[in-house]
Amino acid sequence: MPDVDASFLALPRHELADAALQRAKDLGATYAEFRLERIRSESISLRDSVLESAHDDEDLGLAVRVIHDGTWGFAAGVALSTDEAVRIAEQAVNLAQVSRPINTEPIELADEPIYDDVSWVSSYEIDPFTLPRAEKVALLTDYSDRLLHADGVAHVTVHVASVNECKFYANSEGTSTTQQRIRVGPQLVATAIDPETGRFDSMRTLAPPAGRGWEYLTGTGWNWDEELAQLPGWLAEKMAAPSVEAGQYDVVVDPSNLWLTIHESIGHATELDRALGYEANYAGTSFATLDKLGTLEYGSPIMHVTGDRTAEHGLSTVGYDDEGVAGQQWDLVKDGVLVGYQLDRRMAQVNKDVLGTSRSNGCAYADSAGHVPIQRMANVSLQPAADGPSTEELISRVQNGIYIVGDKSWSIDMQRYNFQFTGQRFYKITNGKLDGQLRDVAYQATTTDFWGSMEAVGGPQTYVLGGALNCGKAQPPQSGAVSHGCPSALFRDVRILNTTQEAGR
Amino acid sequence: MTTAIQLTPQDTIERALELAAAEGAQGCVVLVAETSSANLRWANNTLTTNGAMRGSSVTVIATVGAGEGTAAGVVGRSSVTDTSLRELVSAAVAAARESGPAEDARPLVDGTVGPGWDEEPDETDVSVYANFAPALGEALKKAGSENRWLYGFADHEVITLYVGTSAGLRLRQALPRGYVTANGKSSDLSQSAWVGAATHDFSDIDPLAIDAELTRRLSWATRTVSMEAGRHQTILPPAAVADLMTHMYTRLDGRDAHEGRSVFAKPTGGSRVGEVLSPHPVRFWSDPLLPGLETFPFVIVRSSAGSESVFDNGLTLTATDWIRGGKLENLMQSRFTAALTGAPAVTPPIANYALAVEGATGSVDDLVAGLDHGLLLTCLWYIRVVDPQTLLLTGLTRDGVYLVENGEVTGAVNNFRFNESPVDLLARFTAAGATVPSFSREWGDEFSRTATPPLLVPDFNMSSVSQAN
Repeated sequence: MPDVDASFLALPRHELADAALQRAKDLGATYAEFRLERIRSESISLRDSVLESAHDDEDLGLAVRVIHDGTWGFAAGVALSTDEAVRIAEQAVNLAQVSRPINTEPIELADEPIYDDVSWVSSYEIDPFTLPRAEKVALLTDYSDRLLHADGVAHVTVHVASVNECKFYANSEGTSTTQQRIRVGPQLVATAIDPETGRFDSMRTLAPPAGRGWEYLTGTGWNWDEELAQLPGWLAEKMAAPSVEAGQYDVVVDPSNLWLTIHESIGHATELDRALGYEANYAGTSFATLDKLGTLEYGSPIMHVTGDRTAEHGLSTVGYDDEGVAGQQWDLVKDGVLVGYQLDRRMAQVNKDVLGTSRSNGCAYADSAGHVPIQRMANVSLQPAADGPSTEELISRVQNGIYIVGDKSWSIDMQRYNFQFTGQRFYKITNGKLDGQLRDVAYQATTTDFWGSMEAVGGPQTYVLGGALNCGKAQPPQSGAVSHGCPSALFRDVRILNTTQEAGR
Repeated sequence: MTTAIQLTPQDTIERALELAAAEGAQGCVVLVAETSSANLRWANNTLTTNGAMRGSSVTVIATVGAGEGTAAGVVGRSSVTDTSLRELVSAAVAAARESGPAEDARPLVDGTVGPGWDEEPDETDVSVYANFAPALGEALKKAGSENRWLYGFADHEVITLYVGTSAGLRLRQALPRGYVTANGKSSDLSQSAWVGAATHDFSDIDPLAIDAELTRRLSWATRTVSMEAGRHQTILPPAAVADLMTHMYTRLDGRDAHEGRSVFAKPTGGSRVGEVLSPHPVRFWSDPLLPGLETFPFVIVRSSAGSESVFDNGLTLTATDWIRGGKLENLMQSRFTAALTGAPAVTPPIANYALAVEGATGSVDDLVAGLDHGLLLTCLWYIRVVDPQTLLLTGLTRDGVYLVENGEVTGAVNNFRFNESPVDLLARFTAAGATVPSFSREWGDEFSRTATPPLLVPDFNMSSVSQAN
């Protein structure tokens, strides 16, 4: 395991925490926690193989959250001095006092063991921030050129986001954790334009963002050579493909597409804060309300979905969350039935009787020092069948259907019922065999109907960990990175739209 | 303990420019943004989270080389001290040396010291809610006693920007921005309503009035009616129009259109500038001085992308018509892309817009009064591009779809998923009201400075019913 970056360890994290926590306690806070967080990020963009932008950023700040008179108070700042740590603690208490008249629920937290001065680092080989910029740009230029020089490709855009996140957390109960996570999100998009009609379309690489280092860009965990070689041909085939006939089809969904459907229709729907209404004014609520725990038929009996903060290379994977709770794995949907939620310490405490547990499963986190921790998404993954079929076998079970590969457009309603997704590639399935690409395809369904129509899941050999860097939630808005693993899966009788017809053309 | 010295924004800029010159940079731009904010969030009639945050960011853009061979290095930090500033500038100069010549290289913006340069950053804190918080407490109590649920968020932020270039420009501008969004639900959660508004200082925001408006809307749902998907006569209130038009605004990139990969590209090549998009006298424009929607009057760019160039930092922004008289007039252009695409003017993005139909008067209520049978929406949500060629967007209606019959709201209708293009809607709407300040449900937290009219669309495409309520 790599070490936490020495320059972060050199910061006076314990001194700042001690000053803030002591001040909060002196002012009457019954609970206090402190975070010092440094997020280094690099964004590199190429447009038609020319460097468009390379931006290197560092966000370093500190935050204090208190419970004072039963009410939360949160404050954050950027100057790394004990004076500032004390001022922020005072401000957090002040905010709790100002908020007291609008708080009717005294805040209590679920118990968690104490972790005294522990450390955790994510699994990676090469921290992207240790490499020269020129080396990274040269690699990306080579990748870009391979696409740009191919027949039928008019434009290529490349974007790689890299993050090194160091976090120190300490609370008044005695837990203190120091953690480092690395993640990268690479994507290349090739665009073709038909000179006759002006019609344009694109094809994107399917490498998901991952909790990995720069080694991901050079072949560890993803076969770039193969994908870049095939992508122009796929794009040309899509440009020449017939437009889909709208209707009901059986579909085989590839993990490169299904992860996003899981994110939207299961990941967000099993966030307990949404089910309880805390996001009603913004991200929305959930149809999977607490009264349905243990009874809601989420999908077919083969559906097994877990939440975890422990998967290797997972974007939501941590040692400990932003309330000092250790990373865990648990069931959300088992045998097709809703059996669990994603929790933080307050919700776990308040709802312990219904949940059947009084421990948080460690889903509280903030996206930076400047934001308050809220209940956020774990890696939410659909489990494969132990001896399950290959993707080809799933396709062989379909007479007239569509095989959907890669995510693109996505949208779901505020209670997580009605969704619509498009993709990168859609293959017609005729008599169990792929029969060329289709275009203008979108699938639309209601969550429980869709998962109820899942007839088969693929085996472990089809399982891929997908994910996103940009999951939005909360006010003020926070951005989260989260992974979703899944096998290929077969769904019967799904509504397919023709997007050109939808546009009234 | 650290003994590093915190620098003022002005000192940060002067020192960074000196350090960059000493390191051999040809030019340098320094952006300093000082932010402070305070927020309150509530749900189920009680407080859920809050925060008082202070932030700072320093971005150094160093350039090396000369003329067309100029390269840029961009490095940002959330806070600097006298010692870390030196490292920051060195990193920016090193990054520029490691980069090849930038395509968008242009001479840095010159000028003199602007008004207020020496002033400290403006600030906000939780005291901005001195009147609002107690009144909110009262509204939450009232809702509880009347079996309504309230959910909402209030945010107030002040950003003070300082820009300095090695060509002599020194600019400072402070802007407050506040907004409140509030959701009300019936006791059984089957009905939902929403109100959103932008504000400068919360003196004009009354939580009890917001609760009263939510109550009025919830009362429209005393009668509920199921309606099928399909193309319906639909009144889009100003918030829903902003939900759609903000998306269109972000797609006005001049280079994408020039390259043939945008809804504003001509099938035969080049952009659609000059083409009629609407048979109505539609005007769509941005102006940093739009009354009530004032925004930063100079370019701020931390990463070059499309029509935004870091070399343009500090460039004066002036009123720009994107659409005038129904005709596409301008697309967004940096100095670089304007030259690349042969655009008549340099027209960078501006952080506000207004959409108006010249001669249109009246409000949503007037459009309702003139409608025999159709839908009145509240706002739209989860909007994503389905097809960039037509700018087909998908998304959902949210928090109140109402049935209009014989000029009156007569009930509440289920929600829908829609598939529509805002560009097409400009061609298809049949009636409009006066332009008023609006707050987009989907984009308001990021893009709050909008003014839009209500529109009547005769055939809005509701693709399917959503069970959400």
